[in-house]
Amino acid sequence: MDATLSETSFRKEAQTVQMPEEPPARRSGRLGDVIFLNLTRGAAILTLLLLAGILLSLVIGAWPSIREFGLRFLWTAEWDPVQEKFGGLVMIYGTLMTSLIALIIAVPVSFGIALFLTELSPKWLKRPLGTAIELLAAIPSIVYGMWGLLVFAPILSKYVQQPLQAVFTGVPVLGSLFSGAPVGIGILSAGIILAIMIIPFIAAVMRDVFEVTPPMLKESAYGVGATTWEVVWRVVLPYTKAGVVGGIMLGLGRALGETMAVTFVIGNFNQLNSLSLFEAANSITSALANEFAEATPGLHEASLIYLGLILFFITLVVLSFSKYLLLQLKKREGSRT
Amino acid sequence: MIAVPQPASADYRLPLHRRRKLINFIALALSLAAMAFGLVWLVWILWDTLWLGVQGLSASIFLQDTPPPNSDGGGLRNAIVGTLVMVLSATAVGTPIGILAGIYLAEYGQRGWLGSVTRFINDILLSAPSIVIGLFVYTIIVAQTRTFSAYAGVIALALIVIPVVIRTTENMLALIPNALREATFALGAPKWIMIRRVTLKAARAGVVTGVLLALARIAGETAPLLFTALSNQFFTLNMGEPMANLPVTIFKFAMSPFSNWQQMAWVGVFLITVGVLVLNILARVLFRQKH
Repeated sequence: MDATLSETSFRKEAQTVQMPEEPPARRSGRLGDVIFLNLTRGAAILTLLLLAGILLSLVIGAWPSIREFGLRFLWTAEWDPVQEKFGGLVMIYGTLMTSLIALIIAVPVSFGIALFLTELSPKWLKRPLGTAIELLAAIPSIVYGMWGLLVFAPILSKYVQQPLQAVFTGVPVLGSLFSGAPVGIGILSAGIILAIMIIPFIAAVMRDVFEVTPPMLKESAYGVGATTWEVVWRVVLPYTKAGVVGGIMLGLGRALGETMAVTFVIGNFNQLNSLSLFEAANSITSALANEFAEATPGLHEASLIYLGLILFFITLVVLSFSKYLLLQLKKREGSRT
Repeated sequence: MIAVPQPASADYRLPLHRRRKLINFIALALSLAAMAFGLVWLVWILWDTLWLGVQGLSASIFLQDTPPPNSDGGGLRNAIVGTLVMVLSATAVGTPIGILAGIYLAEYGQRGWLGSVTRFINDILLSAPSIVIGLFVYTIIVAQTRTFSAYAGVIALALIVIPVVIRTTENMLALIPNALREATFALGAPKWIMIRRVTLKAARAGVVTGVLLALARIAGETAPLLFTALSNQFFTLNMGEPMANLPVTIFKFAMSPFSNWQQMAWVGVFLITVGVLVLNILARVLFRQKH
């Protein structure tokens, strides 16, 4: 009895302490909290839905073509809007090949740039050079594309393609690799322009990950007499391996999905008869850019959307992998410092 | 007695030492060459753009609409206005959503599945091919309304703005020290007041930087506009119909064989490049002042 009494009195007290008519400000604060939390959470969920929506809408848009051609689409080269026969091999090959050329050029160069910025550059030069590289990454791709078409392609044709053709005509494999009209347009120019475009991306990521190497590790290596190159190759690179690969994958993702830089210089011609680097070809993005607005609704449009779906899927895988690797490095950095 | 290994004589080690130094020298020289290689392209592209663009610059560029092929005069007025209208509306649409989602990631969802999944997805959207965004907007809007329109273009661009703003907002909020948050709570403020009046305010410069970067990013985006806003050779402010814009006009003009169109394309590229670089530099200056 005593206990209940004291409990009730305690409760009464607690009530009077806790909620005397709640001041309006606090009530609105609590309501505001709920509204605000849900508002921000709604925005976050919206981005999730965006990805799902993109995938779903592409699948629905491509459905007629998926039903008609199935997975055969991936290795059929025929693209005939008149007879409504579609296969994506030419475009898929163009996309993969241009990205591959871009990576072959861009990876060593970006590595060199990152090495220069982290180990070699005098301090006063580091910031301006880093900024210049980052600005290069900000220039819209249409600028690269147009410059590639109107300035770079003629130069490539005159000083690279024609001399190569002069030397290698008649040579079995190499000769066919360099054949084609001397206009400097095709897979190779697209790859080079893409490389110029993704160098800043990859270089910036590499520089950032090189900088997370603990100075202690580097100094120890220098202490036992290693040269700068040995420190970078044997200490910095192994330590940041995951991040470096992540950066390269990020660049690859960019290259695969790039539209304007490729469309201008690849020639937009559906052929796979010659594997020449100088022959006009086509990529997924350039086919979309050129044909989509004029495609008749139906199988043609659905096949183009199918191509877009394939592209989105490839980049999704590449970018997820890149993101995973970069997270890996971040985790390690967190656990060591 | 244990034999202490004697260091090999200097003569013996010399070739190895020399080789290591040589490799080092070659590697560093190559690194220097790579840096120069990267800068050469930057300077070359910028020089061509500025030089060829400035040559074509005149008052009529801003006062007249896009010309027919092979004719004198004409300008880019419709394209410039169209780009401004669409880029600004897309930023206006995308920024609030991006900032709200960024706040969620930084203030509410540090742990928990929604936060980490959204962060992952957002980073993927950040580098997703922009032409796919165009396809998406085409299928959900243009295909339904059966007309290309500036609205569709605005939505496509807004979808590109959102991930950029989310990313920077989250990063900037994460820089705000927790002591500020705790102090605000200690005064009895509810969380949303704390975010609005303290953390968001402290991170303001960074958030604005993100918005500027997003603006710069979409100013030159071509691919998502190709099948949403399309283009228009006439001046229009009607958002319900196709609207001219600089990137698509440049694309059309540069690919054409007409010299007056190509010249016009250089001017357009010049305007875009200058705009994008100015926005980027502005963002940097703003960010550096505050942090």
